[in-house]
Amino acid sequence: MASTLGTASPQRASRTSRWAGPGLIAPFAIFYVIFLVGPLIYTFIAGFFNGSLLKTGMGDWVGFTNYGDVLADSEFWRTLGHTLWFTVLTTIPLVLMALVLAILADRFVRGRWFIRFAFFAPYVIPSAAISLIFLWGILADQTGPAFEVVQWFGITPPSWLGDPNWAMYSIAGVTVWWTLGFNFVLYIAALQEIPRDVHEASAIDGAGPWQRIRHIVVPMLARTTVLVVVLQIVASLKVFDQIYMITGGGPDGSTRPTLQLIVDTGFTDGRTGYASVVSLFLFLVILAFSLVWFAVARRNQKES
Amino acid sequence: MTDHALSRRGLLRGGAALAAAAASATALSGCGNTIAQGFTGAPPASRRVNFWNPFTGGDGARMVAMVDAYKKAHPRNTLKATTFVWGNPYYTKLSLSAVGDRPPQVAIAHLSKVPVLAEAGLLRELREDELAKHGMTPDKFDTKPWKKAHYGGKLQAVPLDTHPFVLYSRTDLAKKAGLLDGDGKLTDLDGPDKFIDALKAMQEVTKGFGLAIASNKDPSTQFRLFYSFYRQLGGTPLVTDNGLTVQVDMAAAEEALAFIRRLATEKVVPTGSDGAGAITMLTTGKAGFLFDGVWQVISVQESKVKFDMQPVPRIFSDAPYACFADSHALVLPKASTEEAQRLDLSLQFCGSLLQSSAEWAAGGHVPAWLPTQQSAAYKKLEPQSHYTAAADGAVYDPVAWYGGAGSNLQVEVGDATIGALKGYLSPKAGAERIRSELKKLASVESPI
Repeated sequence: MASTLGTASPQRASRTSRWAGPGLIAPFAIFYVIFLVGPLIYTFIAGFFNGSLLKTGMGDWVGFTNYGDVLADSEFWRTLGHTLWFTVLTTIPLVLMALVLAILADRFVRGRWFIRFAFFAPYVIPSAAISLIFLWGILADQTGPAFEVVQWFGITPPSWLGDPNWAMYSIAGVTVWWTLGFNFVLYIAALQEIPRDVHEASAIDGAGPWQRIRHIVVPMLARTTVLVVVLQIVASLKVFDQIYMITGGGPDGSTRPTLQLIVDTGFTDGRTGYASVVSLFLFLVILAFSLVWFAVARRNQKES
Repeated sequence: MTDHALSRRGLLRGGAALAAAAASATALSGCGNTIAQGFTGAPPASRRVNFWNPFTGGDGARMVAMVDAYKKAHPRNTLKATTFVWGNPYYTKLSLSAVGDRPPQVAIAHLSKVPVLAEAGLLRELREDELAKHGMTPDKFDTKPWKKAHYGGKLQAVPLDTHPFVLYSRTDLAKKAGLLDGDGKLTDLDGPDKFIDALKAMQEVTKGFGLAIASNKDPSTQFRLFYSFYRQLGGTPLVTDNGLTVQVDMAAAEEALAFIRRLATEKVVPTGSDGAGAITMLTTGKAGFLFDGVWQVISVQESKVKFDMQPVPRIFSDAPYACFADSHALVLPKASTEEAQRLDLSLQFCGSLLQSSAEWAAGGHVPAWLPTQQSAAYKKLEPQSHYTAAADGAVYDPVAWYGGAGSNLQVEVGDATIGALKGYLSPKAGAERIRSELKKLASVESPI
């Protein structure tokens, strides 16, 4: 700011610019420290105590007892398994379908706005509304459309949300329909950045539409794909609201994600130390996934 | 440049002044402002009572009417009623408010949860003379909930009702099935074989099922079913010693689960219905009976079908009659000061709610307030007065920090029961699962 104005003395300018950076970043940094770094440190410390929500104070020092208990708790591993399984069930279709639909939608000339709007629309619905639509509407037992449609084909439908073997697939299906629009929009934006002349040049060289998609479009979307995959994995690992509202983790705990285990043990049972350790582990899992993926992506980019 | 810096600083200064002004304004407007109380922990205005409850739907509308009756009778006092979602989240908020020294003056709690709240030291113990000042004397309360409202020899809550798990029946369909006697009462439901025979007779009329019960997404209902049968079989409370010791009567648990499984294998009960679906089955005639809580009476009444209600039949007679029940009660969370506690004002409000018990009873709950329960008006209330006897056989949830309404205990036992009903757990495996899951819960260090 000082250099563009150019009227202040050099001393003043350097003094101002020295504070400009930190000053501008301060509003964010303060929030970051108060609401992210602080709680993270507190979580780490609380994990060494047997604190209780129903008592004041930190509780007694228990060392690594909570760590041992969490690692030995079959429910922790089970919920982590559910979280990972949900991530697999949602990430693959959410990336592939978004890519396919974006390429298809990009080919429309007339009514393109409508296609885009139609695919993006579910994403703007709040999770509470989505949960109600599917819980009391589409996936309802005996009366829901999903139940009736399957019956037309002479198949006896399962209880979509009441059968432990089906509930996770139902939740994953709901999530795919709901959040597809976000990845779709990222891909649409990336597709528009591919220059028209690249398409034309390849067409003149005799590449068919399928070859163009495979050898030109998809490779040129690689950076976006990395971004979409990382964002999607992180979002899926953090799954909570739709499961909490639709099945509450049931039936028989078959859809309970790790985040719900944290809420249940921390806020219902009031065991803050234990819940802190579980959330620390989940944090590490998400961090590890993100770092590994970024490392792989960076290497690939260097090679290509 | 200097000007820029100055104006920015000026802006910040202005902002700070504005914030300070806003803060002091909030402080000045003082106790009336709930948000400010949240920050300062100050007690609300002196003639004000904050009241928390978990009632929505029909119960919610009735509670609003009862609160309005109080407001009309005491226009000088302000009453602020707040409704939360039922179950664990409600108790979390209630506990946290008490721990954080900003509790409501009066709150609804299930009697199954009172021991936990009392053990954690979150409740203001009540003395009989304090209650008597407001017309509430022990002889005016139903003995069972009154006794249950005590913990550690002290009264912790003012019971409002008993709400047992009951049997709903469609009288028109039962008549067609030949299940009614000359007085229009159901006969011969007691005993496992007789009960299933009756359900089969009903099934011939409905062409669907004999009895509807929720199993999908509803472990609490399945827990109530299991626990009613289990206790009729003479089973011990599943956990004792405030949840430290697990004591499952394996033979009784296995037999109860085997009977529940039999309901499914004889195809008289659907194995894939949720709470709302089970009620719909009864009201649309797809099933002639329904096992559910008394609080669903309004939902069934609104469908305008002919129906009756009665206590859960005596399927097993190995022990005194038993059926699952819980009670709503009024508790006074412990406040930091006498001024914030407002004992007299709070008890006056509790007394007023009890006076409105007739309103509450219409929603299906058996009033704990004897002047209402024994009144002619209540005896005429049908079908609500038909299951008053169930309150005598009421068995409450086992006492444990992980027990009570909507608790982990209900969910774990209910999930095992669902497994037995649907057949993916044998009755023996179901009983073993109940014991192992409870042992897991019992081994966790109690947070209270």
